[in-house]
Amino acid sequence: MNVLLDNFALFRKGFVGTLELTLAASAIALVIGVLMAGCRVSPVRPLRLLGGVWVTVLRNTPLTLLFFAVVLGLPRFGVVLPFFTLAVLALGCYTSAFICEAVRAGINTVPVGQGEAARSLGMNFGQTLNLIVLPQAVRAVIPPVGSTLIALAKNTAIAGSFSVVELLGTYRTLNELGYDIVVTFLWIAVGYLIITLSISALFRFLEKRLEVAR
Amino acid sequence: MSIESSALYDVPGPKALARHRTYGWIVTVLLLGVLAWVIYKLIDTGQFDHDKWAPFEYVGVQKLLLRGLGHTLQVFAWAAVLSLAFGAVFAAGRLSDHRVVRWISGLVVEFFRAMPVLVMIFFIFIAMKVEPRLALISGLTLYNGSVLAEVFRGGVNAVPKGQSEAAYALGMRKTTVMVNILIPQAVRTMLPTIISQLVVTLKDTSLGYLISYEEFLYAGKQIATNLDYSLPFIPVVIVIAPIYIGMCMLLSGLARYLESSGRRRHKTA
Repeated sequence: MNVLLDNFALFRKGFVGTLELTLAASAIALVIGVLMAGCRVSPVRPLRLLGGVWVTVLRNTPLTLLFFAVVLGLPRFGVVLPFFTLAVLALGCYTSAFICEAVRAGINTVPVGQGEAARSLGMNFGQTLNLIVLPQAVRAVIPPVGSTLIALAKNTAIAGSFSVVELLGTYRTLNELGYDIVVTFLWIAVGYLIITLSISALFRFLEKRLEVAR
Repeated sequence: MSIESSALYDVPGPKALARHRTYGWIVTVLLLGVLAWVIYKLIDTGQFDHDKWAPFEYVGVQKLLLRGLGHTLQVFAWAAVLSLAFGAVFAAGRLSDHRVVRWISGLVVEFFRAMPVLVMIFFIFIAMKVEPRLALISGLTLYNGSVLAEVFRGGVNAVPKGQSEAAYALGMRKTTVMVNILIPQAVRTMLPTIISQLVVTLKDTSLGYLISYEEFLYAGKQIATNLDYSLPFIPVVIVIAPIYIGMCMLLSGLARYLESSGRRRHKTA
């Protein structure tokens, strides 16, 4: 019995599920994370407070607890959505806290003099942000965002225990069918390695592209 | 919270301050609105009904929760100690002078770092048929130990080269150099990172829930899925979440405190 070839469709379904979870949750995490980073560096105090609370609470919440609250708790609260959507929400919100910190740290690496110089040349806020601060911040943000998204890809494994089709969950069917469990886990591990290694390759590529000689 | 120095905007003048205050009020009103809506929804869906909160008055339920919390802390303590030991051994392996040892420890560390911790826990639990508690502890140890090994290695490598050169010049052997010169200096800079990693360990103990180990979250689930208590999912989250978040915030706070005190010490020195 060849574990991979006999059950290729099952593995592919799980692999695609993990991939979809990763992509959708990454999109949510990046959007919310950047918005919250904007809040955290804004001059308006309640916004800073909101960003601070968001990051502190989510960074200190176990992801399993967040899944428990979102996937099992929210439906009792009257929010009825498919499990996949709820899982994406939980993963996305959790990861957004780490993205937010990475982006904020990136913005803070830009020396104050850069902004002052831009303003003294007569640039307005939008120009300062888009032409001066962001291009420099992005370079510092890429590596930590990459490792955060790798962590996100690994965290998708938790979703499998909350009724979402993903890679780790495939072991259940195969175990029942009597396939060699060690080989099954080996192929699951390969699947995760493919995803995490691709993300890290992508971000290394981005880093190279944005690199400048200093 | 004071305004951080930022490249984004100047220190605001009186007009800008007034504008920011207006924005501030708008945001506050909006946030309060959202909060009020959430509370209204909670009341509306009957989350504060007596029968959902009554179970927390039972001694049996309280004992169940406390036992769960105790298990969580025990697993955390074991996993923390073991992963520190694992990390120390494999960091020493990666810093070894012997190529084979370096190569093997590098392989082990990189592999366990790249795997989702849950895959390891499931593998140990299902394929090796280990009991849940041991599976959880060993899974956490393998993952966090590998991350810590990299932290230790980075910390030791970050000690200025002159330190070990000077020690060798004084005639110390490599073990003495490592134990008496490099590690004491490295630990000081690594301590905040180590504790942050322990926060991750503490958070990940909740993965025990997924292999039905009776830890804190699992105890919560047992209460939440009890039909006699009319499925109090939200009350359980309201009770459990602050305790988890509080424990993790205490540890993170310790890391931040050590980091800032370390920086102060460096400035005065």
